[in-house]
Amino acid sequence: MMAVILSFIITAFLLFFMGYNPIKVYIAMFQGSFGSVNSIATTLSKAVPLIFAGLGIGLALKAGMFNIGGEGQIYIGSFVASVVAILLPPYLGIVSLIVSFIAGTMAAMIWAGSIGFIKSKFNINEVIICIMTNYIAILLTSYLLKTFFQSEGSSVSQSDILPVGLSTIVPRTQLTSALYLGLIFSVLIYILLKYTVFGYEVNAMGDNPNAAHASGGINITKMSVLVMGLSGAIVSLAGITDVFGKYGRFIDGFSPGYGFTGIAIAVIGKCNPFGIILSSILFAALDAGALRANRVESVSINIVMVIQGLVVIFVSTPYIISILRQKIIKVFSKRSAL
Amino acid sequence: MTYMIIIDLLATSLRLAIPIGLAAIGVSICERSGIINLGIEGMMLFGALAAVIASYFTGSAWLGIIFAIIVGGFIGFIYALFCIKFRGSQSVIGIGLNLFATGITVVIVKAIWKQEGLSMPVNQVASIDFPILENIPFIGELFKSQSPFIILVVLIIFLSWFFMYKTKYGLRLRSIGEHPMAAESSAINIVLYRYIAVMICGALASLGGAYLSVVHNNLFVNNMVAGRGFMSIAANIFGGWNPIGSFLASFIFAFAQAIRLTFRLEFIPEEFTQMFPYLLTLIILMGVGRNVRAPNALGVLKDSQK
Repeated sequence: MMAVILSFIITAFLLFFMGYNPIKVYIAMFQGSFGSVNSIATTLSKAVPLIFAGLGIGLALKAGMFNIGGEGQIYIGSFVASVVAILLPPYLGIVSLIVSFIAGTMAAMIWAGSIGFIKSKFNINEVIICIMTNYIAILLTSYLLKTFFQSEGSSVSQSDILPVGLSTIVPRTQLTSALYLGLIFSVLIYILLKYTVFGYEVNAMGDNPNAAHASGGINITKMSVLVMGLSGAIVSLAGITDVFGKYGRFIDGFSPGYGFTGIAIAVIGKCNPFGIILSSILFAALDAGALRANRVESVSINIVMVIQGLVVIFVSTPYIISILRQKIIKVFSKRSAL
Repeated sequence: MTYMIIIDLLATSLRLAIPIGLAAIGVSICERSGIINLGIEGMMLFGALAAVIASYFTGSAWLGIIFAIIVGGFIGFIYALFCIKFRGSQSVIGIGLNLFATGITVVIVKAIWKQEGLSMPVNQVASIDFPILENIPFIGELFKSQSPFIILVVLIIFLSWFFMYKTKYGLRLRSIGEHPMAAESSAINIVLYRYIAVMICGALASLGGAYLSVVHNNLFVNNMVAGRGFMSIAANIFGGWNPIGSFLASFIFAFAQAIRLTFRLEFIPEEFTQMFPYLLTLIILMGVGRNVRAPNALGVLKDSQK
């Protein structure tokens, strides 16, 4: 919370020095994200993919693994899901939708699970493997799309319109039933981490992998594969729900960096599913609000990334926040003494 | 004919390799000191913008490049401050820096030039033909109409290699990345070394960014680094955390891109030629080159925190 406030204050100063009125900008942003039913729906629709990305990456972080391969997992999962939906006969309806979702998440699970396997088997830092596999996944899906599933007569690299899709909750917005799925997954992961043996093992591994292996008898290789796989599957839903909900087709390069923003979300939410929901809504609100701030105060919409970046930096340096907190407490206690 | 294509291909590769290579050398120096730097992308963006701003206001592209180096060093200092002094999580700060840089650069562009996403054209570094090199066959054609910037690049590659492997400071730097406690107990000021390493990294990444904006182009475009930062991290790994290796790896990566730009291979899809370097890196890391490995204490401030 301190980190968020601090970021807003610093951004306000930056805005001020560049000749904007920060208060007006913030008011416009708030109206843009929470001002009406439609803007709330827009905010929530932007929050959904972030929830999935944050949940998946948070789970891996809990086990002490840094899953920066979210982009790759998103492309693999969304591509496979789209292909399955295209290949299945359209009259299957909801069944086709469910099968596509399962196929997509499974593909992402295998993809990410291999990252976990390579990590523990060859003792390579997962960050390195993730960076490489991101490129491979993006290029691979791009090639397969262009070669086999390119929509005819389209200049953009994209598939045909998918025969099935998610239904919208609020008409004329992009808010779809993916929101429910996101909330269900949040609860499931909360239960998984808190009440199951698997969750206990994840936490143990995150605290100290050597001790978990030696005294807890936890098979680190198996756990790495499982945790990364599960993480990848959940992260991929960020892309799959966007493809089936917002775009209705697989588009080359559609992800606006969910795999990276997800890291921020997970860290800000302290890897707690409910914290992740809140931080997703915060980021989504900033995103939605920036559009209005751009129209009203002609601030670049990228102002939102400034705030987001600062929040990420401050949240990951709790030391700064604790120093600040002590200083503030000192100031206030002096005042009350007077 | 074939000869000309090859020359053209190599010259294009060289041009594409410079920004990635400079940043990759920076990453090597930084990570040898044990500090992970995923914020390269952001550092390059700052450099690209700084160069354009200085070139716009002073009219000199070379001043732009100098300004970019200063800004890069400063960003490196801030990054080091958060990583070392405030003991933040290095990987996450890097991601945060990328977000921040992507945002603030565009906001600044809008504040200065009142337009979204790209700056006004500025003076760029003029390309010249080298008087002596020109007459050597192959080399002369390769360096034909490259910018004088390339002399700087060659100098940086050589100096960084010399520094890291032929001076005691380089040896100390490497020892910090391997075993910070041991380095500290032999009276090496590990904090100072790390600050300097990260600042050099910032300056080099910025220089790479400046190459994109005032040498290769003549303006700043929204998110113009476009993944080259991550590519440089990959190149650094491929090159074995070694300045020369990093630049050679960047050249290979750039070559894979240049093939796509220069001519189309009939039998291999372009995606696969682009994918090849990353696959190769993974395979090398997995099996062939066990001697290619990360600094032992990468991401660890002191052993006690392990």
